[in-house]
Amino acid sequence: MITINAKNIHYRALNDSIDKAVRTSKNIKLTDVCGQRYIGRGLDENIKIKIYGTPGNDTAAYMDGAELEIFGSAQDALANTMNRGKIIVHGHCGDTAGYAMRGGEIYVEGSVGYRVGIHMKEYRDLKPVIVVGGAAGDFLGEYMAGGAIILLGLGLSKNERITGRFCATGMHGGAIYLYGGTDAFNLGKEAAEVKLTNSDKEFLKKHVKAYAKHFNKNLSAVKVNNFKKYAALNKNPYENMYCKN
Amino acid sequence: MLNFNMPRYEIIRNEKKCINCKVCAKQCANEVHSYDEADNIMRADEALCVNCHRCVLLCPTKALTVKKYPLEFKENANWTAEAMNEIYKQAETGGVLLTSMGNPKPFPIYWDKMLLNASQVTNPSIDPLREPMEIKTFIGRNPDKLEFDGKGKLITKMPPKLELNAPIMFSAMSYGSISKNAHESLARAAAELGIYYNTGEGGLNKEFYKYGKNTIVQVASGRFGIDKKYLNTGAAIEIKIGQGAKPGIGGHLPGAKVDEDVSATRMIPEGSDAISPAPHHDIYSIEDLRQLIYSLKEVTGYKKPVFVKIAAVHNAAAIASGIARAGADAIVIDGFRGGTGAAPARVRDNVGIPIELALAAIDQRLREEGIRNSVSLIIAGSIRNSADIVKAVALGADAVYIASAALIAMGCHMCHSCMGGKCNWGIATQKANLVKRLNPDIMYKRLVNLVSAWNHEIQEILGGMGINAIDSLRGNRFMLRGIGLNDKELEILGIKYAGEAI
Repeated sequence: MITINAKNIHYRALNDSIDKAVRTSKNIKLTDVCGQRYIGRGLDENIKIKIYGTPGNDTAAYMDGAELEIFGSAQDALANTMNRGKIIVHGHCGDTAGYAMRGGEIYVEGSVGYRVGIHMKEYRDLKPVIVVGGAAGDFLGEYMAGGAIILLGLGLSKNERITGRFCATGMHGGAIYLYGGTDAFNLGKEAAEVKLTNSDKEFLKKHVKAYAKHFNKNLSAVKVNNFKKYAALNKNPYENMYCKN
Repeated sequence: MLNFNMPRYEIIRNEKKCINCKVCAKQCANEVHSYDEADNIMRADEALCVNCHRCVLLCPTKALTVKKYPLEFKENANWTAEAMNEIYKQAETGGVLLTSMGNPKPFPIYWDKMLLNASQVTNPSIDPLREPMEIKTFIGRNPDKLEFDGKGKLITKMPPKLELNAPIMFSAMSYGSISKNAHESLARAAAELGIYYNTGEGGLNKEFYKYGKNTIVQVASGRFGIDKKYLNTGAAIEIKIGQGAKPGIGGHLPGAKVDEDVSATRMIPEGSDAISPAPHHDIYSIEDLRQLIYSLKEVTGYKKPVFVKIAAVHNAAAIASGIARAGADAIVIDGFRGGTGAAPARVRDNVGIPIELALAAIDQRLREEGIRNSVSLIIAGSIRNSADIVKAVALGADAVYIASAALIAMGCHMCHSCMGGKCNWGIATQKANLVKRLNPDIMYKRLVNLVSAWNHEIQEILGGMGINAIDSLRGNRFMLRGIGLNDKELEILGIKYAGEAI
């Protein structure tokens, strides 16, 4: 384990020292992180980084297999265009987490901001998953083309909703699972509620269990039957919009 | 339902020359031609014809010609046949009018309203065939100052640059919008010419990674086919914000064109629509753009220049200034004549501004702000010949992108039907039987020929002006004079009228 203190270090120098450190140790600990961007960008598998503090925007951008555990909250665009890897956030997370993410997993203990999972994809063996303990802002899963988003809605107050408006707008692939569901008026016109299958339930069980383990919580009260699943009505939503001129 | 639209084209078959060989029927993916066995005659369904000339050129006896359909409406300068036919189509289908390639409307072409200078008596012209002529072009940022150590050795770290043997590159066209063979032709031509081609937003096919050092890889809002390897394979990275043919509009490759190979290249499921949202949803400001530029620099070790491409729109000069300040190594401006695989006709024909005016305004603005020197300026959007390029350089461009011209070199006949995916020339199609018509071994040579010819012409014109390095022409607007332009146009272009001396 190599420890790097990030206090007052610019992101470029910090990321350089992470690159150097991974040559000798696959286990890195970053302390006093305060807004430095791009931590973990493009890092390969078998590298594990524990981050203490608040990593900046675009953490884990283009990441290719590494594991990040963040003891704090993440800012915007976590896992932008991530290919593979795993991120555990012991806190909340900003907007556009998982933008165009193609593979890997994100577990967020608390809630997430706007446009999370936007344009998430999947390809062959790559199937991204985002698991959020709390709620999400507007435009969750916008343009979603693959993968899965799971919202547990834990600890929400009476007035808090599990998603904002325009959930799944432009969705043309993948699945969104919301604990207790959402009102139809929050849903984009390209998606609809579909029946939870047995394989969905197995999938949810696995990820709820993993969430409980990562954050050391007892989730025996969370019953997979209470999830509602939302999916795209059509993988070619705009097929009939045009006439050739 | 009665179809109100009459055919656009009339197919004239010379019965005396026709030998019923059926080549026309085999060649036409639109299924215009057919053989009538009962009457032993070739027939044509003219309504299906897009006027791509494939049958005309392949007919062994030259028995075919295609003409504009002679049916006329009552003369009306306002309600033209085009305006009425478009209404018939939309009334029938309820659809958004979809078209392809660049804006064909009769807007002014400012290249044709600018004339170049030449040397006479006082400064001798140069013959590039027998005298040195430097045409090499570098694309990338320049440092604010150069620092040397005590021994005179440069200690300033130079930003990454592209080196071009001609001020010409092949503009972004995605695999999906054009065929694999078309991509291969562009890649091989770029490698042989010592220039670059651009993947467009559809990823890079694994077979073409070997052309990486002549490849510019694009990053658009849909992030198709983008991973660490893709970004590190290209010589430069281009962030696509907008496109001249459809400013403000995203991309949309229909699922029908996402076959196994396109799916593998874009890294998305087969048959799924490839939707590029209109904006990048992580970019709402110049600061956000900087974040994306530097995320790309971070993941490629600061070794690749990062371009930012925008469509030429009303406020392009201020936006370009922001792009330069956001840290881009080059700004790409795509004018309203730029081509596309598919765009709503109303957007293509009515949104954006001419590249000549945008270029002049941007170059001027960057100079006034004292930052022109720090960034390269690349323009696109219907460069038709080498004179357009010389004029563009004189207006301030470092290099140009060509795409429509490259497609024409490969056989495109500008029928504006790419969106149908049935390109008879094997360019804008993914159908295997059509794609194989485009032979990369032949087509890459035609591209090499075109760019080499233009490069010679550029040198001739430069020599005529008494200039022996293209750098000496860059932004040298004294070499341009306007003709048929009003005062405002001259002011924006920053040029004098023909007949005016310095």
